[in-house]
Amino acid sequence: MSSLAVKRAELETALRGLPGALGRTLRQAESLPYWRSPQEFASTGLAEVDAIAGGLPRGALTEIIGPASSGRTSLLLAILAEATRRQETCAVVDAGDTFDPASAAACGVDLDRLLWVRCGGNPEHALRAVDLLVQGGGFGCVALDLGELPPRIARRVPLACWFRLRRAVENTLTVLVALEQVSCAPSCASLILETRPGRPIWSGTPECSRLLEGARFEAGPRKRANWGQAAPSTVGRCSLSPVSVAFQARALG
Amino acid sequence: MFASIHAPGVSQAVLVECARAFSPRLGSAAADTVVLDANGLNRLFGTPAELAGAIARRAAEMGLPASVGLASTPEAAAHAARGFRGVTVVPPGREAELLGKLPVAALTPFPELARTLAQWGIKTLRELAALPEEGLAERLGPEGVRLHQLARGGGIRPLIPELPAPVFEETLELEDPVELLEPLAFLLARLLADLCARLERHGLAPQELRLGLKLRDGRAHERVIRLPVPIRDSRALLKLLRLDLEAHPPLAPIAGVTLAAEPGRPRVLQDGLFLPPAPEPAKLEVTLRRIAGLVGKGNVGWPELEDTHRPDAFRLKNRGQAAPSTEGRCGLSPVFLALRRFRPPLKAEVEAPEGRPVKIMARQMHGRVLAAAGPWRAAGDWWTPQAWDRDEFDVALSDGALYRLFRDRRRAAWFVEGSYD
Repeated sequence: MSSLAVKRAELETALRGLPGALGRTLRQAESLPYWRSPQEFASTGLAEVDAIAGGLPRGALTEIIGPASSGRTSLLLAILAEATRRQETCAVVDAGDTFDPASAAACGVDLDRLLWVRCGGNPEHALRAVDLLVQGGGFGCVALDLGELPPRIARRVPLACWFRLRRAVENTLTVLVALEQVSCAPSCASLILETRPGRPIWSGTPECSRLLEGARFEAGPRKRANWGQAAPSTVGRCSLSPVSVAFQARALG
Repeated sequence: MFASIHAPGVSQAVLVECARAFSPRLGSAAADTVVLDANGLNRLFGTPAELAGAIARRAAEMGLPASVGLASTPEAAAHAARGFRGVTVVPPGREAELLGKLPVAALTPFPELARTLAQWGIKTLRELAALPEEGLAERLGPEGVRLHQLARGGGIRPLIPELPAPVFEETLELEDPVELLEPLAFLLARLLADLCARLERHGLAPQELRLGLKLRDGRAHERVIRLPVPIRDSRALLKLLRLDLEAHPPLAPIAGVTLAAEPGRPRVLQDGLFLPPAPEPAKLEVTLRRIAGLVGKGNVGWPELEDTHRPDAFRLKNRGQAAPSTEGRCGLSPVFLALRRFRPPLKAEVEAPEGRPVKIMARQMHGRVLAAAGPWRAAGDWWTPQAWDRDEFDVALSDGALYRLFRDRRRAAWFVEGSYD
């Protein structure tokens, strides 16, 4: 256990021992059913990624980070396809207006269950829209696509915004996914999946009949909360990408 | 008791207007005959004969050549009105005796049945009522039994009153004009609560809200809010009205408010026990209106692909939400290479000796082409002004990314359509 987790556990123990109202409230809160309930996870739709990341935690923020052409959007569409296959209603809040419905439909996303919010390059609107959707409730997955936002601008998003989103999604069954180039809210995210550019797969000879068959990407958890039967305050931080898996995305015909 | 008014050649609307002066419960017996429920009218009009006289006087005042019948069943009253001129009161138990003089044709039997009865020599209701019911049932079937019961003065069907369609509208005239949204919202909350309560009593819910604001300068400000599903939650409706008024404020202080609702049947949906929860329609509508206020009305919705080969052809629907199904799809879908579109496509400077790109420079990216596939020629809509004709390439650049590039053949220009991710 990291030193931070040890200190946090010690602090919680000390607080629970307080004789006053705060200690009583903490002891009562521990008896609530959600306090110690095991965390629910949703499949990403990719067996390889599920195997190493354990799925996407519900009621928590998951970040998918990676540079351009690293497979992060393919991974997001696989997540949405899997969620709509479970008949969940999903939402994509598209800050950069880059979402392609044709790609989503080809990946198996049921467009009748997908709400698309086009923010025209305004990340502030995107964050407010995500907040409204999460507060409204009932969504299985809400995805915030900040993939086109340069890291220097993405990092300007106040941490309070991310904490607000994390707080809003807590105790719900919603999977909140943020797609970015770099992690903007590492302290708020329960899971950070990092994707790395792989290599394109070409077929045919270079001169006349070359065809883009697909691409092979790598994905791995950069941070993963240690859920389980214990209180959700015990968060363990993995070192950078301890494990990664490769997944292949085929080009559309 | 039931009363009937019969006036040949007079429209039913006029007859209904005449009958409505006595009872709101009235129904149609024929195109020129209405029947009304006269139970309890004795307190107002006295004996049945006095009531029938009052109805006849009212009809005469309206200039109707009407005959009036009063009997214990709707059918007997209608037959009395249609069969006899003037006022006819049929006391209970004497229907067969008084109506017996009427011809069988008064019951409007089927032509085949009428012919059979004529062959038997049955001409009046009295003769028909005298026949044994069992024998009629054997020979003429259920229709014969029905005619027999009517001939004896029995009632078969109850009166089905045709009530006027309720109007769900609330109006408020203000003594002092309202200038701010907050006090207006307070008034709207009251009107909405009354409207929703009335709709609930009828088992209905608003499908469309029409808000009419009378402005102090005499102009009118009207807003219509169409709901995807009927919603009876007055608080959610108030939020929708507030959001709409914030987006489209009236241009002068408000002197009067009219709120009307187009009713619809509330959606009754039995969710499956093992199906995931979906957003509540009322909450979702409020959320979508709020988001539409942020990003614009046309930028939020449920995408639908258009039936065309034109690139990036889609439309946003207002309403999605496929019906829940207990049959989930099984298995994992294959993962496809997703395209992140640049909207609009980025104009690029491309070095393309022999028509194949080797170096690309655009606003957000530049580099040497490491590998390329193409060209894939696509064209369409040539019969419209939006014709498109292009050569597409998939390229791997030296910056490590994969892009879709195309050359617009009509404009002779290169564009980057998006990146594969």
